[in-house]
Amino acid sequence: MQYKKKNQINIYDYIVYIVFAIVLLLFALWLGGNFFSASNLLNVTRQTAMVSIMAVAMCFVIASGEIDLSVGAVVALSALTAAWILEKTNNIMFALMGALVLGILIGAINGLLVTLLNIPSFLATLGTSSIIRGFAMWFTATKAISIRNETFNFMFGMGKIKFMPIVFIWTVLVLIIGYIQLTKLSYGKKVLAIGGNQIAARYSGINITKIKILIFSEMGLLSAFAGIIYAARMQTARYTYGQGDEMNVIAAVVLGGTAMSGGKGNIIGAVIGSLLLGVINNGLIIGGLDTSQQQIVRGFIIIIAVAFSTFSRKK
Amino acid sequence: MNDYAIELLSINKSFGRVPVLKDVDFKLRKGSIHALVGGNGAGKSTLMKILTGVYVKDSGTCKVNGKEVVIHNYNEARREGISLIFQELSLIPTLDVTDNIFLNKEIKKGGLLDYKTMNQRAIQLMKKLEIELDVNEKIKNLGVGSCQLVEIAKALSDDTSVIVMDEPTASLSDKEIAILFKIIKQLKARGISIVYISHRMNEIFQIADEISVLYSGKVVASKPTQEFTLNSLIESMLGGKKNEESMKWKERKTQIGIHNVLEVKNLYIDDIIKNVSFVVKQSEIVGLAGLMGSGRTEILETIFGLRKKKSGTILMENKEINNVKQAINNKIALIPEDRRRSGLVLMHSLCDNIIITNLDKVRKYGFIKNKKVKKISNEAIDNLNIKSDGIKIKTSLLSGGNQQKVVISKWLATSPKLIILDEPTSGVDIHAKTEILEILRNYADEGNSVLFVSSELSEMIAICDRIIVLKDGEATGELTHKDIKNEEVLHYAIQKEKSN
Repeated sequence: MQYKKKNQINIYDYIVYIVFAIVLLLFALWLGGNFFSASNLLNVTRQTAMVSIMAVAMCFVIASGEIDLSVGAVVALSALTAAWILEKTNNIMFALMGALVLGILIGAINGLLVTLLNIPSFLATLGTSSIIRGFAMWFTATKAISIRNETFNFMFGMGKIKFMPIVFIWTVLVLIIGYIQLTKLSYGKKVLAIGGNQIAARYSGINITKIKILIFSEMGLLSAFAGIIYAARMQTARYTYGQGDEMNVIAAVVLGGTAMSGGKGNIIGAVIGSLLLGVINNGLIIGGLDTSQQQIVRGFIIIIAVAFSTFSRKK
Repeated sequence: MNDYAIELLSINKSFGRVPVLKDVDFKLRKGSIHALVGGNGAGKSTLMKILTGVYVKDSGTCKVNGKEVVIHNYNEARREGISLIFQELSLIPTLDVTDNIFLNKEIKKGGLLDYKTMNQRAIQLMKKLEIELDVNEKIKNLGVGSCQLVEIAKALSDDTSVIVMDEPTASLSDKEIAILFKIIKQLKARGISIVYISHRMNEIFQIADEISVLYSGKVVASKPTQEFTLNSLIESMLGGKKNEESMKWKERKTQIGIHNVLEVKNLYIDDIIKNVSFVVKQSEIVGLAGLMGSGRTEILETIFGLRKKKSGTILMENKEINNVKQAINNKIALIPEDRRRSGLVLMHSLCDNIIITNLDKVRKYGFIKNKKVKKISNEAIDNLNIKSDGIKIKTSLLSGGNQQKVVISKWLATSPKLIILDEPTSGVDIHAKTEILEILRNYADEGNSVLFVSSELSEMIAICDRIIVLKDGEATGELTHKDIKNEEVLHYAIQKEKSN
């Protein structure tokens, strides 16, 4: 018997977009033009750029069944490293390379701890997180380093091309690369296979150690890049940067439809998830809620959004 | 008084439209050991799962001590005094012996756990069974044999009167088996009845009072052990009939080549495999026959580089194999034993599963081309006749036979020269089985080699040019297709003791 089936579109894979649209709509109705204007929304993309960029890499980490809690600390140390190199040499290339290579190294160490020493990633990265943050404090004796290189600050911070914030362009670039990696390269297929069933991946001849080290290295690289953006936006580097960011990044990825248990990843969803968190923050501030109220409402919205998306995914 | 602890009368059970048990009668005498034997899929496990409430029967009666009962779940079975020693042990590795014995029936004093009493009772139990074991030792630190004994102690702590043991000796050493048998006899002396499921005929003759044989859902023989001989038992296990048509030997189209594709020399693995050597020639299908726990899987996994060998050499076309990468580069493929656990990523689609071993083939300038993915996946569906609603269907939704075909496809697409299969037909329906065997025949006819393991001897006889017999990690014999006149010969070779 021959039968045809429609190309099924699973609405639940798109739930984050729907939630995003609803939240956008509700804030627009509530706050009107103050919120729903091109300049404010572009502002949100600038505020969320760091979390969005890290969410792309975190998508791979979580899709492979791991987690990385050290990203916030890497942000701080790389921001300080870039600022310090700029202070000494005033060479943007050196500053970039220094910070990014440092990020890759830290990521690779995380990967080695998880694969060769078999330490659960939650604990391994919790440990490295503390070490890195400690280094960041020690390195400058907790003092801030200001950045006077205007080109650097323009390229990675407050610059605009016409009306388009440059950090937004960086975010889109990272998003495209991540998307291609996950869906078009064999690397992505291997990451998903490891997260979906590590034993089957091993029996299929996938080098799990190598892939996991690559995943963590990419996480380190993009966390360092986020640190550079932080530093350039603030024109200063401080050891406090990125504190608590790991949780926002993880929340963004999960909101975006990546399974915490691994095997499934959604890069675009992760960035939308990050924007969703940013929109909620932004809307609540414009709405005039004080900090304590913002915290409470934000908590509720996150729980409802995650419940909505995980509940619907089970069907 | 009633003589029987358990009476199962005219039990029927179907899964969907497939009848698994047909009018089965099974009576367990009080204080006796009753062996239940039969091939894979004969219905042994299903019958025991009905007895212990895991499955619900379609019709029939179940009597415990002469009284009719209906058992809905395992807890009710335990209340009736029936315990099951699971094949996969049901102990919690991170807890100690006492904790495991009293799991979910902890003794409390004033709302708090009474460790003292529990420990004392556990020690008493161990003494009764004459087991020397520290009750405060964690399960993960114990060997499989000791775990088996703890399982028994756990069952006894429930005041059990019937114990069902499913392949209890599969992973035990000779010494542990001796201890287990001593305890079983002791239990019998205390009036406890035992259902003993095993594939090992020697053990059954050693310990059972009665034997019931199941063949495709029917009881074909049930009598005292003395009335059986090894031959008559094997004959009734095979249903006293000839192989089914599809499972018959077919003459191969291609001659077996002369040069060795795979050479295994003096292979030792841990303490499991001792000095195993064999070769597989071009266009040849070689079988490894042996009981569960005889080391078949270990050998296959070592050839594929997944396990470390202690010593010996594995040569694939004269190149040494030490890891998976070398195995794959030298065109070896392994279809693993448990397709759900090691063969597939069940949450992923058919095409994603197939391309994972063929990523090089679906790429162009480094990018995965959907066109090529579609092509390779549709070819697999066509070549192996996979019944699937498209290539994007999740593999968890496919039937067992089709899942297995996906695993075979993902490796056939790598065009291996040697394909190794570990129980490729378990849990696969007869039609798909026939198809899988035909695929292997054709594959070997194309000049490739096959190394095949199956518990179903009829399958091995149907396709193997040569069979190597394994017993307790040693190669004890080698039979060519001509030597094997019927299934009994092979059964006999597997069961018989070492000849030295």
